[in-house]
Amino acid sequence: MQYIPNILFLLVLASGIGYFTYNIKKVIRNIKLGLPVTVSDKGERWSNVARIAIGQSKMVVRPVSGALHIVVYLGFIIINIEVLEIIIDGLFGTHRIFSSFLGGFYGVLIGTFEILAVLVFAAVIIFWLRRNSIKIKRFMSSEMKGWPKSDGNVILYFEMVLMGLFLLMNATDVSFQQMDSGNVVSQHIASWFSGTSDGTLHLIERSAWWIHIIGILIFLNYLYFSKHLHIMLAFPNVFFGSITPKGQFKNNEAVTKEVKMMMDPNIDPFAAPPAGEEQAVPAKFGASDVMDLTQVQLLNAYTCTECGRCTSECPANITGKKLSPRKIMMDTRDRLEEVGKNIDANKGVFVLDNKQLLGDYITAEELWACTSCNACVEACPVSIDPLSIIMEMRQYLVMEKSAAPNELNVTMTNIENNGAPWPFNQQDRLNWKNE
Amino acid sequence: MSETINVPTMAEYMAQGKQPEVLFWVGCAGSFDDRAKKITKAFVKLLNNAGVDFAVLGTEESCTGDPAKRAGNEFLFQMQAVTNIEVMNAYEVKKVVTACPHCFNTIQNEYPQLGGNYEVMHHTQFLKSLMNEGRLKVEGGKFKGKRITFHDPCYLGRANGEYEAPRDLLRKLEVELVEMKRCKTKGLCCGAGGAQMFKEAEPGAKEINIERTQEAIEVKPAIIAAGCPFCNTMMTDGVKGENKEEEIEVMDVAEMIASAADL
Repeated sequence: MQYIPNILFLLVLASGIGYFTYNIKKVIRNIKLGLPVTVSDKGERWSNVARIAIGQSKMVVRPVSGALHIVVYLGFIIINIEVLEIIIDGLFGTHRIFSSFLGGFYGVLIGTFEILAVLVFAAVIIFWLRRNSIKIKRFMSSEMKGWPKSDGNVILYFEMVLMGLFLLMNATDVSFQQMDSGNVVSQHIASWFSGTSDGTLHLIERSAWWIHIIGILIFLNYLYFSKHLHIMLAFPNVFFGSITPKGQFKNNEAVTKEVKMMMDPNIDPFAAPPAGEEQAVPAKFGASDVMDLTQVQLLNAYTCTECGRCTSECPANITGKKLSPRKIMMDTRDRLEEVGKNIDANKGVFVLDNKQLLGDYITAEELWACTSCNACVEACPVSIDPLSIIMEMRQYLVMEKSAAPNELNVTMTNIENNGAPWPFNQQDRLNWKNE
Repeated sequence: MSETINVPTMAEYMAQGKQPEVLFWVGCAGSFDDRAKKITKAFVKLLNNAGVDFAVLGTEESCTGDPAKRAGNEFLFQMQAVTNIEVMNAYEVKKVVTACPHCFNTIQNEYPQLGGNYEVMHHTQFLKSLMNEGRLKVEGGKFKGKRITFHDPCYLGRANGEYEAPRDLLRKLEVELVEMKRCKTKGLCCGAGGAQMFKEAEPGAKEINIERTQEAIEVKPAIIAAGCPFCNTMMTDGVKGENKEEEIEVMDVAEMIASAADL
């Protein structure tokens, strides 16, 4: 009988971690629906992870939200050491196991956690006010209505409750309060309970302890259904982020092959394809759905936490156009999730659903509003690249559908015929010299 | 523009069996747009003045393909690129300078994979290097103490990380350099990039060039300095739209240097 709490704990822990793993495997499978990429220059990539992801270098470009985020980020990482103790205690029926061999340092540790918990609590309240009372513009865009808005708030409620429970659990822990070391914050909360019997205190402490760890496990599982996956994916995402100059747009290799063939006088365009390649499906130019994007672009979509820094810097969005780089990422993720669910429902194969990213999620009007200025790419604190998706979808519109705006068709015809976007004769190119 | 400018072509150089120090890639705007042609000439005067041994491709030059690529026509882009690379490689070009950040970006970043490997410089970078080598004198003259703001071209700034070369030149002109609220990495686009120059904007509340020009007007400059022919057009239109053309001029950094030296 005495092992019931331990067994219960094991079951809760195993199911919490188990369900999370199950869902993360889905995320990985969905990302792998994208085109594979090869990565080089790992050294530079690791240094980006250290600087941008771990070091939060791009978060602090906006000092207020950057500083608040660092508080929550550090709090999250450091307080998690406490979770390790909770797990050991829960599994083995011990109580504050670390205190027995850390001695005086245990107080320092818990004291640090308590201070961080208060700071996180305060930061989260400010975050909530920014979203709900101050109504900062980037949280009010049309793509933030409904679920994305509640999602943002739910995350903040989770963090408030978890921090509160952590402090309550310490405050009502009689032996911990008697130790009187590290209870820098909780001693003040403990005074609210003066006069409460030890039995009641113990009951509150146990409840807070259990709800705290169960809450953490629920929060862990909430990540998959939320924008909050960035707390894990930001690190690999920064690693895989572009390391070439932002102005360098990928050259489409399928097109290079075609162009080389056209330029090579020795190639016979009517020749039978070499053996083994007869069945090859001709490459689709550009992207119309998530499967046409690369695995890195799909990882980008899952990593986006909808902060909207990209959209608030986008010249098209600032001047009232429909384009929002954040919406490009959210749409890509939502469509990828839809494709994933389709695969789940159809025993592992994707059954055509007459839908695609282009048209059903992202409209041509949004795509054509982009100036390719890279402001969104620069603004993203975790190296997401919405611009590459926009450009690949434009490629599909133009090369597969001939659906460019008419003025651009005229421009392209001019380039093709005169070597300039305007209808001037190439032979007049040096006339300026004598004007 | 009565004085003669010396603009040799690569073909002429080759006929003499010589190689110029650098190829000046003029670009479509610089060749055909009336406003941009003035920038081209100003830059040529500076090159002549500094005794730079340069040549242009002239009628052998063709669009780099930047607007085609950004408009989604990768095929047309690569056709342009491969054709241009063939011409440049035939002339054994090693170094390219251009006054257009779009040409600069495309030749520098997107041509190498297609077989075109050159050292590419934006004209502000090139002028700065001439200045550092003592070949070009840049001094205040008529711009001394004038309030100037520099509008970062996206394809020079964010796209390639060059924010200082144009500003260094402006400082040498002893101007009072004032920055707009959104500058350098956060610089706001003029609205022309991504082939927007060649089409109407999508429906919205405002034109991007108006938004940017208003921001520039806020810092009360006498001149908005630019480093891109397309930004120049957009900002000039913006200044006209805001009825400020009497007070504010839009000038390329090269034009300012040439004008300061009375070239």
